[in-house]
Amino acid sequence: MKLVAVTACPTGIAHSAMAAEALEVAAREAGHEIEVEIQGAAGGPGISAATIAAADAVIFAVDAGVRERSRFDGLPSVEVRTRRAIDRPAEVIAEVEAAAAEAPSRTAARPSPMAAAAPAGTSPGEQFRIWLMTGVSYMLPFVVAGGILIALGFSIGGATRVTEVEDWPALSSVFDSRVQLGALLFKIGAIAFSMLVPILAGFIAFGMVDRPGIAPGVVAGLIANELGAGFLGGLAGGLLAGAVVMLLMRINVGGALSKMMPVLVYPIVGTLVTGAVLVLLIGNPIADVQSGLTDWLTDLQGTNAVLLGLLIGSMMAFDMGGPVNKAAYAFGLASLDSGNFAVMAAVMIAGMTPPLGLALATAVRPRLFTDAERESGKAAWPLGLSFITEGAIPFAAGDPLRVIPALIAGSATAAAISMAVDAQLRAPHGGIFVLGLIDGKIGYLLAGILGTAVTAAVVVGLKSVHRDQAHADAGAAPREAVTV
Amino acid sequence: MTVAIDTLVTPDLVILDLEAPDRRAAIEAIADRLSAAGRLTDRDGFVDAVWAREQETGGTGMESGIAIPHAKHAGVTEPSVVVARVPGGVDFGAEDAPADLVFLIAAPAGADDVHVTVLSKLARRLVHQSFRTALREAPTAEAVVSILKEQIQ
Repeated sequence: MKLVAVTACPTGIAHSAMAAEALEVAAREAGHEIEVEIQGAAGGPGISAATIAAADAVIFAVDAGVRERSRFDGLPSVEVRTRRAIDRPAEVIAEVEAAAAEAPSRTAARPSPMAAAAPAGTSPGEQFRIWLMTGVSYMLPFVVAGGILIALGFSIGGATRVTEVEDWPALSSVFDSRVQLGALLFKIGAIAFSMLVPILAGFIAFGMVDRPGIAPGVVAGLIANELGAGFLGGLAGGLLAGAVVMLLMRINVGGALSKMMPVLVYPIVGTLVTGAVLVLLIGNPIADVQSGLTDWLTDLQGTNAVLLGLLIGSMMAFDMGGPVNKAAYAFGLASLDSGNFAVMAAVMIAGMTPPLGLALATAVRPRLFTDAERESGKAAWPLGLSFITEGAIPFAAGDPLRVIPALIAGSATAAAISMAVDAQLRAPHGGIFVLGLIDGKIGYLLAGILGTAVTAAVVVGLKSVHRDQAHADAGAAPREAVTV
Repeated sequence: MTVAIDTLVTPDLVILDLEAPDRRAAIEAIADRLSAAGRLTDRDGFVDAVWAREQETGGTGMESGIAIPHAKHAGVTEPSVVVARVPGGVDFGAEDAPADLVFLIAAPAGADDVHVTVLSKLARRLVHQSFRTALREAPTAEAVVSILKEQIQ
């Protein structure tokens, strides 16, 4: 039989390790294969999704909450305290054999989306990044759906007119009036957009504590919207919600009460505590920071538009769709709301040039790229033209020290030119498809072309220099930079 | 990268013959040993922390006669393990099984991963009967430390 097990205890040092050893020894003695994941301070790598899919049953030997428990949904399971696994491992193995025999032939265990993304035992900084990226990645479809629908609505009905339509359009009117049809798309898109911060917060919490995090996290995001704490509030609210549920999971209650925890206690107490802390303590200070940041960037636009362009261009390219990119994007949205259309234009062009520049580089110097990168290069054209910055990720993942500086150089160039020519964009997304909505098209096209060219030139230049060491020095470079 | 076990437990942190009427007294005696070795600045606070963990877990004793009381505490100056043999046995919460081999794990508030790795290796070895027997029969404190060093790489 193929077994998997999770052991966990509050300090994650002693009992979890002992339970792991005892179960490994007992399982082998009984003729089974076993892989154990120790959660907590001493955690090694997590069990892979493939191993879980191949397993016949799971043992939880835990004195604390199991992280990402839903990975094991569908597997016959036995849950015991660590002490029992240490004292009587053979009995626990016998129980799990019985559970596996009783279970109806199960459907394949559904690998959780997080199983690959967040193995247990990653460093705190890496863990933090994974949490944020989980939230951002679930938010992305809302950005795309909302952004494109709003952009389409604007192109069909005219930006000013569709926003002035108050009621939901009726079936009879959408075929007669371009404004009404545009308004329908705009309103659906705007609803999708209103979910950006709640989804961000909800799925940051989901990344931290799995399903119990979603309700407190989404509510935290809605509160952040209400308080005007925006994107920053969503980040903080999601982390807060995850942390609150994490604490609740550490409370050990016995027997029947433990079944009540996920059904009643996590949602009610988690949401109440998260919401109360956000409203009463940290929400308003974050809203002040958020508005201070927006004010500062807005001031910058008055005094030094090119500098602002360089700054938001760099942010858009820095993590290609990650939290920093989305912070710049959120500023673009906030500027749109306040009737300032130049920032959104700069944000969009800076988000388009990273994939475009890399696509161009693979076309003109294919020898500098791997086969896989050349394939990604072809896909990067439509992604870039659609303002999906994430198209650059396959390149940056393999060679971040050469690729990211090139992306930043190109995006900063594009955004600075866009600000300098004062291009204006009233739609929050759309890429090439909203070119018709842009004021200052010639300058804007120029910004895009030059930004793309700069990225391509810099990446080709960096990849050509020291090409022999391309792989060897990727890790050594930062150390040299520090010591020299 | 890893820390050798003999930086965590030295011969002066091995108690071959501990007599303790109860769990609290055993923990206090072990904490005294840590203070004497200069590895603990807040003896009473640390004892309370270990005690709290005992209450939380319902006792860290196992049926095999070992107990591993442990705590992270700011008063601990370096990660340490005290090995105490209690020939008369002392109750650490395991049913019908007083502990005669007590491993007290003391970690500073911000103990790092390398120490945790060594401690979890120690915990894993404790599951094995032969290892426990060797520790129970070791003639001297030095012998206890050398067994640990041999078994935990």
